[in-house]
Amino acid sequence: MAKRSTAYGRGGPLVYLIAAVVVALTLGPVLYGALGGFRSNEQLARDPAALPDPWLARNYEGVLTNSSFWTYALNSTVIALITTVVAVLAGVMAAYPLARYQFKLREPLFLVFVLGLLFPAAVAIVPLFILITRDLQLGNTWWGVALPQAAFALPVTVVILRPFLMALPKELEEAAMIDGASRIRIFWRIALPLSMPGLVTVGVLAFVASWNAYLLPLLLLQGEMRTLPLGVADFSTQYSADTAGVLAFTTIAMIPALILFLAMQRRIVSGLQGAVKG
Amino acid sequence: MTTPVTAAPEATDPGAAVTRRAEARRVTGRSKAGKRRQRLEIALFVAPALVLMAIFVVYPVYSAARMSLYRWKGFGPMVDFVGLQNYVRVLGDDVFTDAVMHNFIIVFASILVQLPLGLALALLLNRRIRGRGLLRTIIFVPYVLAEVIAGVVWFQLLQPRTGLLETVLGAVGIPVPEQGFLGTPDLALTTVFVVLTWKYLGLAVLLFLAGLQGVPDELHEAAQLDGASWWQVQRRIAIPLIAPTIRTWIFLSMIGSLQLFDMVWILTGGGPANATTTMATYLISQGTQSGNFGVAGAASVVLFLIGFAMAVAYQFLVLRRDTKENA
Repeated sequence: MAKRSTAYGRGGPLVYLIAAVVVALTLGPVLYGALGGFRSNEQLARDPAALPDPWLARNYEGVLTNSSFWTYALNSTVIALITTVVAVLAGVMAAYPLARYQFKLREPLFLVFVLGLLFPAAVAIVPLFILITRDLQLGNTWWGVALPQAAFALPVTVVILRPFLMALPKELEEAAMIDGASRIRIFWRIALPLSMPGLVTVGVLAFVASWNAYLLPLLLLQGEMRTLPLGVADFSTQYSADTAGVLAFTTIAMIPALILFLAMQRRIVSGLQGAVKG
Repeated sequence: MTTPVTAAPEATDPGAAVTRRAEARRVTGRSKAGKRRQRLEIALFVAPALVLMAIFVVYPVYSAARMSLYRWKGFGPMVDFVGLQNYVRVLGDDVFTDAVMHNFIIVFASILVQLPLGLALALLLNRRIRGRGLLRTIIFVPYVLAEVIAGVVWFQLLQPRTGLLETVLGAVGIPVPEQGFLGTPDLALTTVFVVLTWKYLGLAVLLFLAGLQGVPDELHEAAQLDGASWWQVQRRIAIPLIAPTIRTWIFLSMIGSLQLFDMVWILTGGGPANATTTMATYLISQGTQSGNFGVAGAASVVLFLIGFAMAVAYQFLVLRRDTKENA
């Protein structure tokens, strides 16, 4: 890298200018929301482009003291956690024999998961709604949303985990096998701990997808069971006159995803790249 | 793959040696009991995933297909078999054919606009500029936000009269339509597309950048020594080398554009005057709002077939080259 000579790979003023424009366009809407939350509706109406003057905390206080907000946040968290645990556990269990066993149906079985990538949730959404609310009686519950979400997260989980498991050294497992450990014990005690980095990657992907999901929760959840995206959408239609309040609510709802992203940035990025290369 | 196990060191005690060999055979699955045991283990490992997918993916897709052959209002037994009538109705419905058209516009616009833009930004970020890591993080921020949350903020930005965009554009002298960008039928779809580009460009940049960083420096240096310009190096070496990443991104982008729902639902709800309906918004409003479950089923099947046909065609025509190259 250091050998690459001057003027060639380095940026001139034009490069920095373009970068600045891109940053402004990217962050502009986010900052507009965050700053707008510190203003009053009257300020916003007078000049949409101005800075808060004076800065008001009351919109944010209003959101944070709103018990519905915390209910939505709790629902989002629990649903995302169930989705993640179910998808990762079922996914790694399925990926393990696909990576470690030799059997005739191995590749066809893997193909089932690859094909699963092609089934968009939208295709199945109406029957899914009927299945969950009527047949399974899970409408308006955490599990009713989390289980189908986990099922739709499974293909990508298996597709990422299988090559990951294949790349793990076999020696430990073989040694344990000679000592008479069963496959299931080996899976729990050796393969699972070794594949932790891969599990974290697919786990973060499943969590973020669930946290951001809208369509399925929209059909299945009402009232006190709603998640944050539903809460944001409903709040913005219900209080459409209170622009500052909507902006404050939206900004606070962004924060958990942003924190998770910043903390897990490398995992998310490597997971997405793995998915593309795989 | 388990062959090294058979080469386990023989113990001096003959009894132990026998058990070891038996153990090894069990492990390699050569004996009958071992085979059966192995099959049981595989079934046990794979069962939870297959059961979940069967219940929540395969069965609903199957029942969408079944539903599409009946006139059914969502309750009572499905008895009113109408053959392909729902398909005739869906395909003859201008709202649906327009929705298909809108999906395809988004598919092609994404490739024509986001691909060059994402590639340009990735090439830019691949230079040694200060704050590159921070820049990359910032560009990726919109991708992490929920479509709904991004949509609500943009909805406010785009409001006629009170939104920020009108003030900004007004200051530069660009006129804003009376009904706002989202309220004008001719502009609504373009506006939705601009917001989608804002949201998803970061993913393209990130993936391309990862590909570019895998291009060995020696190639750059060699080309540079031969007197190639920066642009020539990118065009002749870097971009061809990341072609597999680009092709995969195109595939992901296509599938995503065909399923488009959240952003449209938040920004326009499919309006104004059905100017922004997509296949997904159509089948949701037919199914859960109007109670035309048969029609929604037919629309689902059409959506699936279009997506499947495009995926297979793309796999066959384009992606196959990558697997061949790898082999």
